[in-house]
Amino acid sequence: MSSPSTNSLKDLFLNGIIKENTIFKLALSLCPSIAVTNNLKNGIFMGLAVLFVQTMVNLTISLMRKIIQPKVRLPIFMLVISGWVTITQMMMAAFVPDVYAKVGLYIALIVAFASILARAEMFASKNSIVPSMVDGLGMGVGFLFALTVISFFRELVGKGTLTVPTGLATQHVFTFINTKPVLIMVLPAGGFLAVGILMAAFNWIDSRYRKSAPSSH
Amino acid sequence: MESEFTKLFELIVSASLINNFVFTRFLGLCIFFGVSKKMETAVGMSITFTAVMMISAAVSWVVFTMVLVPLEITFLEIIVFIGIIAGLVQASDTIMRKTAPGLYYKLGIYLALISTNCIILAVPLVNAGEKYSFIESLAFGFGSGLGFALALVIMASIRERLELAEVPAPFKGLPMAFVITGLIALAFTGFSGLITL
Repeated sequence: MSSPSTNSLKDLFLNGIIKENTIFKLALSLCPSIAVTNNLKNGIFMGLAVLFVQTMVNLTISLMRKIIQPKVRLPIFMLVISGWVTITQMMMAAFVPDVYAKVGLYIALIVAFASILARAEMFASKNSIVPSMVDGLGMGVGFLFALTVISFFRELVGKGTLTVPTGLATQHVFTFINTKPVLIMVLPAGGFLAVGILMAAFNWIDSRYRKSAPSSH
Repeated sequence: MESEFTKLFELIVSASLINNFVFTRFLGLCIFFGVSKKMETAVGMSITFTAVMMISAAVSWVVFTMVLVPLEITFLEIIVFIGIIAGLVQASDTIMRKTAPGLYYKLGIYLALISTNCIILAVPLVNAGEKYSFIESLAFGFGSGLGFALALVIMASIRERLELAEVPAPFKGLPMAFVITGLIALAFTGFSGLITL
């Protein structure tokens, strides 16, 4: 690895958001994408938690990559991840208790995210600190983006409102539809339908884009 | 004594049907979508899962109540549980490779993925959160495993037929699987209110 130029860092960042979007493209770490996304605020905070954990894990692993014995690398990765998840969990319980009451279990389960372990294994353990952090940021922002889109769609259709966080403890609820909304979208079943439809939309846009610019490859 | 049994039965029914891990708690989705393409793998996976889940529920309960609670370090539960599960998966991996190499070859990568699977980690976490007794923890683990097996088998039988169906191009593969899961989940909402614990 030579010293990375700004251009390749930008590519690396965008890679996590578009080409390898954790939820829409790789279909990994799907549980929270449905579990917490019936409310925009919860979706955003869950996304932020993952963004934080992913970046910090990548940073830590990258710092330690020269002293980790290859044979015991997986337990060490798990230890690092669960350490950062515990920190995130405690911080969220302290600063955003109302969100934590709803998404607490899923915050703990960030430990079991295949995508975080995969980035630590495939990227952070082989690259220096700056690219690793950019990679983690890109993956995290991609995840945040996906959760925001899903929860935006579900809350708007299912309840006719949007809960926008304006600070750690404050929020503003916008009401858009006053008639009966499509209640199923905020129910568990609606989560699957919403993700399925959004995934199809993502695929459709992707195929259109490829058709219009075939020479770029 | 009878009420004890009734309670355990209710716990199993609740964990497997009403609060089905896949359809109402949305856990274990990666594995759920990953191995539900063929019935044979789905069945093998459900058995492995239920076994690992029950054993990990038992071991985690012992460690949680005997070590973490007396020492007042319950905030370390995530790290400890993930360690226990990783160890158990490693063990079942070795046992399966020796006793059922055919199944081992087929399930391949997913067995390793069990350790990073939310369902298995969720069982001890919920047990600890709800302060279940030892037997109740086992029942919860068993019920959850049963529910997961049910979900996998339903999904696998639908997806085997879906291979022959004509699906609009953007919906091919996963998006369609999601929509189908949504419909099954809708059916499972019918179980809610069956038992109130």
